[in-house]
Amino acid sequence: MDTFAARRNIIAFVILLIAVIFLVKLFLIQVVSSDYTPAATNNVVRRITQYPARGLIYDRNGELLVYNQAAYDIMVNPQHLSHFDTTEFCRILKIERSYLEKKLQEAKNYSRYKPSIFLKLVSSETYARLQEKMYKFPGFFVQPRTVRKYKYDNASHVLGYVGEVSDKLVDTSSYYKSGDYIGASGLEKSYEGVLRGDKGVKIYLVDVHNRIKGSYNNGRYDEKAEVGTNIVSTLDIDLQRYGEKLMENKIGSIVAIEPATGEILSLVSTPGYDPGLMVGRQRTRNYQNLQQDTLEPLFNRGLMARYPPGSTFKVMNALIGRQEGVLYPGTTYECHGGFYAGNFHMGCHNHPSPVDLIESIKVSCNNYYAHVFKRILQDAEFESISKAFTNWKSHLQSFGLGDKLNIDLPSEVAGFLPTVDYYNKYYGKNRWGYLNVISLAIGQGELGITPVQMANTTSAIANRGHFYTPHIVKRIEGEETIQQRFQQKHETMVDSVYFEEVIEGMDLAVNGEPGTGSTARTARVDSITVCGKTGTAENPHGKDHSIFIAFAPKDDPQIALAVYIENGGFGATWAAPTAKLMIEKYLKGGPDIQWWEDYVTSANLLNKKEEDEEED
Amino acid sequence: MKRRINVWSNIDWLTVILYVLLVFLGWINIYSAVYNEEHQSILDFSQRYGKQLIWISAAFVIAILIMIIDSNFYSFFAYFLHFVVLLLLVVVTLFGTEIHGSRAWLEFGNVRFQPAEFAKITTALALARYLSSHNITLNRMKTYLRLALIILVPMAIILLQNDTGSALVFTAFILVLYRQGLSLGVLLFGVYVIALFIFTLILGKLFVIFGTIGLALIVLWILNKRFKYVWVAAGILLISGGLFYGINYVFQLNVSMYYVILGALVFSSIFYIILAYWHKVSRVMLLLVLLFGSIGVAYSVDHVFNNFLESHQQKRINQLLGLESDPLGAGYNINQSKIAIGSGRLTGKGFLNGTQTKFDFVPEQSTDFIFCTIGEEWGFIGSFVLISLFIMLLLRLLFLAERQRSAFSRIYGYGVISVLFFHFVINIGMTIGLVPVIGIPLPFISYGGSSLWAFTILLFVFIRLDVSRLKVLQ
Ligand SMILES: [Zn+2]
Repeated sequence: MDTFAARRNIIAFVILLIAVIFLVKLFLIQVVSSDYTPAATNNVVRRITQYPARGLIYDRNGELLVYNQAAYDIMVNPQHLSHFDTTEFCRILKIERSYLEKKLQEAKNYSRYKPSIFLKLVSSETYARLQEKMYKFPGFFVQPRTVRKYKYDNASHVLGYVGEVSDKLVDTSSYYKSGDYIGASGLEKSYEGVLRGDKGVKIYLVDVHNRIKGSYNNGRYDEKAEVGTNIVSTLDIDLQRYGEKLMENKIGSIVAIEPATGEILSLVSTPGYDPGLMVGRQRTRNYQNLQQDTLEPLFNRGLMARYPPGSTFKVMNALIGRQEGVLYPGTTYECHGGFYAGNFHMGCHNHPSPVDLIESIKVSCNNYYAHVFKRILQDAEFESISKAFTNWKSHLQSFGLGDKLNIDLPSEVAGFLPTVDYYNKYYGKNRWGYLNVISLAIGQGELGITPVQMANTTSAIANRGHFYTPHIVKRIEGEETIQQRFQQKHETMVDSVYFEEVIEGMDLAVNGEPGTGSTARTARVDSITVCGKTGTAENPHGKDHSIFIAFAPKDDPQIALAVYIENGGFGATWAAPTAKLMIEKYLKGGPDIQWWEDYVTSANLLNKKEEDEEED
Repeated sequence: MKRRINVWSNIDWLTVILYVLLVFLGWINIYSAVYNEEHQSILDFSQRYGKQLIWISAAFVIAILIMIIDSNFYSFFAYFLHFVVLLLLVVVTLFGTEIHGSRAWLEFGNVRFQPAEFAKITTALALARYLSSHNITLNRMKTYLRLALIILVPMAIILLQNDTGSALVFTAFILVLYRQGLSLGVLLFGVYVIALFIFTLILGKLFVIFGTIGLALIVLWILNKRFKYVWVAAGILLISGGLFYGINYVFQLNVSMYYVILGALVFSSIFYIILAYWHKVSRVMLLLVLLFGSIGVAYSVDHVFNNFLESHQQKRINQLLGLESDPLGAGYNINQSKIAIGSGRLTGKGFLNGTQTKFDFVPEQSTDFIFCTIGEEWGFIGSFVLISLFIMLLLRLLFLAERQRSAFSRIYGYGVISVLFFHFVINIGMTIGLVPVIGIPLPFISYGGSSLWAFTILLFVFIRLDVSRLKVLQ
């Protein structure tokens, strides 16, 4: 009567078939496929990068210049996003809904599974408000960061700033990840490896609501962040600030070096900017504003601007003449309004005549150096002017001119010294003589020297023939010494005996009796023997640049400096008093006569830029 | 006393052991799924694992009570019990408590009770009672109507409770009917109608009209084995189709393609009838009736779906058919479920070490998705053991059912197999992404007193019937 009993076999078969299908499918996803384990790990594991605080930066006297402040990046991981109260979220973070939508789309485009930055550098207060409500916003988490904080709004060109790493670096570096910060200029850049420390990572377990449930494997895979190393800069922040104050409303640069060590005491470049502008969420906008400023506040003139050295160069030609034996202390030339050679005439200003070596520097006689330079190039010791010229040039190079000094700041330029080839190309081989290059005698023409090179040269003169590569870092915490190359003495090609008359001339240029033709009496300091030399760089685009190099005290040099004031006219007018005030500040704490400070600070030379060259 | 001893000695202990093993496995996995450090004791009655222990203890008591009751009680009261449960279903539909969008629960203090779970038992009983009565053959309309009354009424009420999952369980009883001789023709017809429903919803009525026409032509060939008829029929349809399309185009009537083809088909049918009559082509009328019937069904399904269902109902159906995928809805859950199971690899992450389930990535991890905990913590080995236990239980029940002398016992046994098998297939299939997400529990394993007790009763009534199998000498 049960005619369908055979159907039980079909039913049993169906049951077994389903079991086999299930087991095959389970075998495929559990044993064969290895995709699910990383997906599960990815679900529960949150790697929170531990960003170390960057090293602090102090000035040479131990004053804190740069430190850190806590800030928080809001991160988003698209794969964990789910519906949330966008209105409340925007209100807490003070952002627009359009920003939210834009950033979420960007994050999804970047990666569905990797976190990216949603909102950069929110304040501690915002962070505190958000943290209470964080459970309502799955997919978002907070990444603690630090941002730079500056005690003074000075020295921005030296200290530099920190910016986000470029995509290019992210691609090539194993350390930097997108959104990391890196020193982008100044000390922050050149000492990035010291200051940054080492990132760490903390691995947490989180649940589906993004709540932290504990550390992964009891922290076995966590890596501790190493705090960045502190740096003591060579900068004297008081001197630096004073220099920036003096240079207000002027375009130019002051570089001051301690001759005995090569330590840079101050490096002023104006106009500058407040380093605080380069921090936080407004950084990009501020940066763009600064970049569009026609006065180029981002341009570090101390290291990057090239000027002809003007009459300051006479000391170089004097030293080379002495070393080459074509010039003696007693060598005198009469000057009748300049240098004449056939139809050629190079003017000179009114001064007592004739002059010897010391007086030639004191009164800055053009005629004298035309003769000196002529004798250097026509020195019988050399078979040709080319050889003599090349020899002259190598003397200059021994002072660090024409090449990068390799100081420990980025963006330094080499400057420019002409070569024999340069003139061969211009005039034809063997078709040029000393008259063609005579302007080099007085520091005009084809010369491009940076303020830091000029300060270094002054330092070498103060040291009577040697220098130490200028540098900005005095000590790295935990290290015994600074880099070896900064302790290495560089001898110039001029023997130290030949410096005395030149220095004597620089002394008299500043301290000569009134009415005797001293060109730099505006740099005189009563109780300190300042040695200096004025210069005026010809400027085809406007009023000449005022230059002054000096060191003091004469017999125990503590400071050597070069002052450049664009469109400042004669060196004695603005650059010399500025240098004198810097020297007084450094050696005596302030000016003897307040009038000079007021004189310099009240000057506004910015509008002189476009003016035509004035007659002297 | 003699009879009671008889009961205990005749129990099929293998089935009982499989049952106890599954219940125990369920309990420790519930413990793991909802484990938290503040409540580490498995006997903490404020937690689900503590409560489940109470439900398990009560289930054992229920099992013993069932064994004590006389075996004749179940067949005798089958209709009565079914009627009582149907009443309860109505009551719960009207006055029940709504949980997760389903108005399917009765609440007594803090104990919840879902009559739908028990409707499965009484439906199996009523079905067994009806099919075991004399002179029942599965080929009369009256029989089908009565069967429909037994199966479809509770199913419809449960659908009204918005508990689609539980309602779908009743389709499992087709297995019982199949074993009792449901003809393959009827089965195929049922499959065809269901396919029509699904194709209409997935591909649209235009596709269905093309598909059924193609199918009709194939059947025409199968019935007559002459290609000529097929070519003629297709040719007539093509010509009239071209004609209707041309008229529509020339006169710019803007009638939709669907109605153009429908009109052409009606027009062609006149020729078919005439030609079939002249050439004595057999069963053309039957074919046409089926064709228009199919088109009618598709049209109604489409019409009802678009005009009568509310958007959330449409959405639910679309989700079941896989037409709508919300990455954070059903699709997200399935993905997380597969991640949980897949990340268990061969040997699993170990007891209490599952992160997917413990940190709530998998939804309903102690109820509908309990299999994820097993897959994640015990790996493929655990999955294999669990599936093997279920298959052993089902095959054992099949063996027990077939050894019954009473038709009632056998048919009820198949009812038990149908329900357990359906739950097993849908629940595990859902967690590994082989079937759509239909929220029904895994028997004996999932958390919940109501479902555990219902499955216990369902199973032990059959064990009790099996104990008395020798008593019935027919
Ligand atoms: Zn002169």
